[in-house]
Amino acid sequence: MVLKPEDILRIAREEAERQRSYRYRINVCCSSGCLPFGALQVLKAFEEAIKEFGLQGECRVSRTGCVGTCSVGPVVLIEPGGYLYQNVTPENAREIVKSHIVSGKPVKELLYANEAFFKKQLRLVLRNAGKIDPLKIEDYIAAGGYSALIKCLTKMTPKEVIDEVIASGLRGRGGAGFPTGQKWNFVAREKNTPKYVVANLDEGDPGVFANRTLAEADPHAIIEGMAIAAYAVGAEKGYIYVRAEYPLAVQTLREALKQARSMNLMGKNILETQFSFDIELRLGAGAFVAGEETGILASIEGRRAMPRPRPPYPATSGLWGKPTLIQNVETLANVPLIILNGGSWFAKIGTPKCTGTKCFSLTGKVNNPGLIEVPMGITLREVVFEIGGGVPSGRRFKAVLVGGPSGGCLPESLLDLSIDYESLTKAGAIMGSGGIVVIDDESCMVDTAWFFTDFCVDESCGKCVPCRVGLLKMRNILERIMKGEGRLEDLDILSELGEYVRDVSLCGLGQTAPNPVLTTLRYFRDEYITHIFDKRCPAGKCFRSQVSMKEAP
Amino acid sequence: MLKEDRRLQMLERIIKEHNYQKSALLEVLHAAHELYGYFDKPLLTYIAERLNLPPSHVYGVASFYHLFKFRKPGEHVISACMGTACYVKGVEEIITAIEREFNIKRGGSSPDGRLSLFVTRCIGACAMAPNITIDNEVVGRATKEVVLDKIRKVLGG
Repeated sequence: MVLKPEDILRIAREEAERQRSYRYRINVCCSSGCLPFGALQVLKAFEEAIKEFGLQGECRVSRTGCVGTCSVGPVVLIEPGGYLYQNVTPENAREIVKSHIVSGKPVKELLYANEAFFKKQLRLVLRNAGKIDPLKIEDYIAAGGYSALIKCLTKMTPKEVIDEVIASGLRGRGGAGFPTGQKWNFVAREKNTPKYVVANLDEGDPGVFANRTLAEADPHAIIEGMAIAAYAVGAEKGYIYVRAEYPLAVQTLREALKQARSMNLMGKNILETQFSFDIELRLGAGAFVAGEETGILASIEGRRAMPRPRPPYPATSGLWGKPTLIQNVETLANVPLIILNGGSWFAKIGTPKCTGTKCFSLTGKVNNPGLIEVPMGITLREVVFEIGGGVPSGRRFKAVLVGGPSGGCLPESLLDLSIDYESLTKAGAIMGSGGIVVIDDESCMVDTAWFFTDFCVDESCGKCVPCRVGLLKMRNILERIMKGEGRLEDLDILSELGEYVRDVSLCGLGQTAPNPVLTTLRYFRDEYITHIFDKRCPAGKCFRSQVSMKEAP
Repeated sequence: MLKEDRRLQMLERIIKEHNYQKSALLEVLHAAHELYGYFDKPLLTYIAERLNLPPSHVYGVASFYHLFKFRKPGEHVISACMGTACYVKGVEEIITAIEREFNIKRGGSSPDGRLSLFVTRCIGACAMAPNITIDNEVVGRATKEVVLDKIRKVLGG
């Protein structure tokens, strides 16, 4: 089927109209958060109940991606009105249909009552999450999807696209925060061809699932963003590098690519224009370092995911030595919105230096864990205590880990810190790919630092000495302290080693891996001292034999 | 590894689809791992020959990635998630309980080969931490009691 831009716009109109004709839309979250709790059975129960009451023409039941409130799954969103039901069972389904749909009375006891969770959020990247069926491309198109790509292909030159992205101030959401438009410019300027676009979905940080959820909920936003990027830089081939540990995300992306191809939105001469672009999926196999930009390249080429020194940067010499644009999937999902609404609209969101929003996985000892999206510049306190609802009762807030295993543990006194790249880095943490783990007084900070260091020891690729040897030494010292055999000079050695590993490691993994140790030494030094002098763990965690978690090969 | 093995034919087809390209190694490893469940020496040597790569390179790549196993897993596989959220929420306690009850060590299998216990680094379901996977079924918000009970059921039935 050969489609033209106007065909897509027509499909969008028709599909939107068709959806408006339903009196109710019942969206059952079937993402990896709700599936283990029986989301598919709930979906089936709704379909059966709709049939039972003869409402097929009036209601649409669909499976969708994540709404965000993963802790109360399975959740069901009923539109219009945005009624969100929590902990829904198949038995509840019939009751909800009977009362809400037939009699117009929402079942109050089952509604999600926690409005604070959504109040401070701004869902741009997650605009469609929980609202559209990720396995139906028509849903995405009806929600305005692919119109940004059409706008680029029919009305804008590649340079204009890049200028718009530059004007938006969008920065890479993978963690480093490099200006996206500038990166595109570098690749676009290269004369060497072919060029490649790589979408990074190797979310290897434990405690982080924002990218996964995005791919499961709205795969076409990633694909459209990639296509626009490819048009802007002049690439014809793209790869999405996704973790194999995310089977649902893999399956959703695979299906989405198939549908995009069938609608002429991918492949040769997209929508009868001069632009050709196709995407291949590549599966990761469990290596944290594969998320590093030169590591990902090695992995796609079928090698060990070992980073290499830069320059040359991937923009000049990436996949098979060709110019390559590497972006995190969240960055790419922002792009269609920027094209449609303009760079200056986007630049007004967030802070002047950090525009837009950021998705975070909010987990750990917090009342409302889940997936959130907030404007840059929001404070950690707002995230932990307002959106997250604070620490479960009976416990006291101790620290918040921002930025994954190589992020930093920040104490209560820093909770008013604004969330943006610069202030986080200044406090010793990083944005990372967006993990916020709340830690309460049940956790020991030395043990926590050990956990992350152990993770990084395990994940170090071993190529450069500071990371390979330095981290191991640091872990051994931490173990000694935890066993009650620590000495005061250990603390100086730890800081010195940490700074050394941070300053001279080859890649991002080594450069950030000491962060948990350095920040806990900075903000929770007294806990280390109690371990060393009093031979006591304030949280009662340590002084048992720690077994290394390394899996035997 | 038998030549008439159907799995080998399937693997061969996948290698052919990739035009015997060296860069397809990781994809081929994925396919082989899915078919066989783990890697042994003959399988890796076979892949090395077909892609015209040194066996050391194939082993080097395969062992670099944590997903791949080099020992035959047990009949039932328990996988404990050791992501940050799961760790903070006490997955360690559940793992220790499994080890004790079923006389098994993390990374290993029970003596009768019926049960294997692995530790993985985050399955990305952190909001439901702690998570334990039993034969690919995720048990979210897991507790020691529920997990032990489920494993007993799996083994009993």
